[in-house]
Amino acid sequence: MDFSQQLSQYLLSGLATGAIYALIGLGFAIIYNSTGIINFAQGEFVMLGGMFGVYFYTVHQFPLVAALLLAVLCAAASGVAFERLAIRPMRRAPPLGLVIITIGGSILVRGIAMLVWGKDTHALPGFSGDEPIILSGATLLPQHLWIFALTVLLIIANKLFFQYTITGKALRACAVNQRAAGLVGIDVRRMVMFSFLLASGMGALAGIIVAPLTMTSYDVGIMLGLKGFCAAIIGGMSNGIGTVLGGLLLGVLEALGAGLISSGYKDAVTFIILLLILFLRPQGLFSRGESERV
Amino acid sequence: MRRELIKFALFAAVVLVIPATIKGGYLLNVLVFVGINTMLAVGLNLLLGFAGQISLGQAAFYGLGAYLSGILTATYGWNPWTAMAVAAIAVGILAFVIGFPILKLKGHYLAMATLGFGIIIYIVFNEYVDVTGGPSGFSGVPGLSLGDLHFDSDLKSYYLIWTMALLVMLLAVNLTQSRIGRALRAIHDSEVAARVLGVNARLLKVQVFTCSAIISGLAGSLYAHTVTFISPSTFGFHFSVELLTMVIIGGLGSIYGSCLGAALLTLLPEFLRTFQDYDIVVYGLLLIIMTMFLPGGLVQGFELLWMGMRRLRPGRAGRNA
Repeated sequence: MDFSQQLSQYLLSGLATGAIYALIGLGFAIIYNSTGIINFAQGEFVMLGGMFGVYFYTVHQFPLVAALLLAVLCAAASGVAFERLAIRPMRRAPPLGLVIITIGGSILVRGIAMLVWGKDTHALPGFSGDEPIILSGATLLPQHLWIFALTVLLIIANKLFFQYTITGKALRACAVNQRAAGLVGIDVRRMVMFSFLLASGMGALAGIIVAPLTMTSYDVGIMLGLKGFCAAIIGGMSNGIGTVLGGLLLGVLEALGAGLISSGYKDAVTFIILLLILFLRPQGLFSRGESERV
Repeated sequence: MRRELIKFALFAAVVLVIPATIKGGYLLNVLVFVGINTMLAVGLNLLLGFAGQISLGQAAFYGLGAYLSGILTATYGWNPWTAMAVAAIAVGILAFVIGFPILKLKGHYLAMATLGFGIIIYIVFNEYVDVTGGPSGFSGVPGLSLGDLHFDSDLKSYYLIWTMALLVMLLAVNLTQSRIGRALRAIHDSEVAARVLGVNARLLKVQVFTCSAIISGLAGSLYAHTVTFISPSTFGFHFSVELLTMVIIGGLGSIYGSCLGAALLTLLPEFLRTFQDYDIVVYGLLLIIMTMFLPGGLVQGFELLWMGMRRLRPGRAGRNA
């Protein structure tokens, strides 16, 4: 395999994982924009998606589409429950309290998943087999195509939703100014709950479609969550193309780092990027606006 | 200040007498770890409870202290005390350097950045196999000794580690009663207001961060020399959350609370076997419940209980009033 082939291989697999990070990152951005909270538990809903996927698809042998839908629904319901039980009662808490609550929520969800499903790593079969496809020298799994297709679909749906539906517009209004949104008759509390529903649902879908490639277990949430956060940070916490680009960039850099430097330090690459972005450009790579993050 | 010192002296007396009252060697062994965790929890509390800055990277400083001490003594044959001092200084310098950019961040961002830092260090422990031994751990760290006194039994380790823990607590009590302590609390309440009043908030935050990192590094060195074997899994994200839980349970801003939290979370898993399977569920629940219903921790809980009991006896309360 020559170098350019190798490179295109890294690029392809990097874009696929990057798409996953983008979906998770969008979840971070949606919740951040409606509440000002960085939901530490976001990664756990990604994990829940994968685990529910395994539970319905391989354990209970549901048809693929039904298993996907059920898994997303269950994870989204957990997201709403988390908002209702832990976030809403703490609306007026100081920021430090909210940070600790979301950390607590995240390890609580992880712990429950560990008790229910055990500590084993679970595999999910590829949605349309595991026969590799050769594309200009690079090997591609059918699951990669699923990831690309579903991510593009979801990003378009997300865009249409925020641009054209009344709920999407209400959510955007909340992001701009919650009090003003409340004054024009938007039920802010419902919108916050809705943003948790959207974010955990999207995270869960990301968790399911990546599970055939990477396997899943009760503790994958923290890494996936942090990488999604990193994508959102690169994108400046925007709930759109910035975060998507951030995710793709991160995925490609990580694949290159793993391939060209060392696979053991693959995750370190992400966190060094995360720290650099937070230190140098906390407003994200693509925006020029002032930021309240520092 | 004097009242604080009397309180501290009483506490120290209790700590030093405890070994005489227990027979089981195993309990004494666990109490050694309560001492190490007390140091770590007090260190984190200085940062979190007083300055209001969260850190999810404490386990990294703890691990760096342990690994530096271990490597310098076992691989390079240094004297353990010199190694401990060098490790503490190195950890302090690292914390000071990353402190400036990292503490510019607030709240959730600070939590994420410190967590990212912790994970990078954790990855290095695992991957730098030639030096750290990788995931299978690093063994052969020599024990500490002072002249002919070798700290090789639980009782001797107990006194060594609790002396250090008491010194750290004394330092913390002193610090919080001082001008610096008041400045820190001012930063906690409003950084802008503190700066307007002439507090160099930025430098002070970095200094406290460095101080808590040095304490963690020292605790790590003591851990390495006491256990003589270290492996990366001790210093992961899970432990940073455990430390956070200790501080929250005991009470933000309460030095003795941190000791209480450390004691509870160290003793419980040892004596409730089932607890070990449920530990992360329990930590998660504790973090949520304490933050929601008792943000001042158990120490505040006891105070409320005490006041409530006094109120239940109106005759006495009336006489006092």
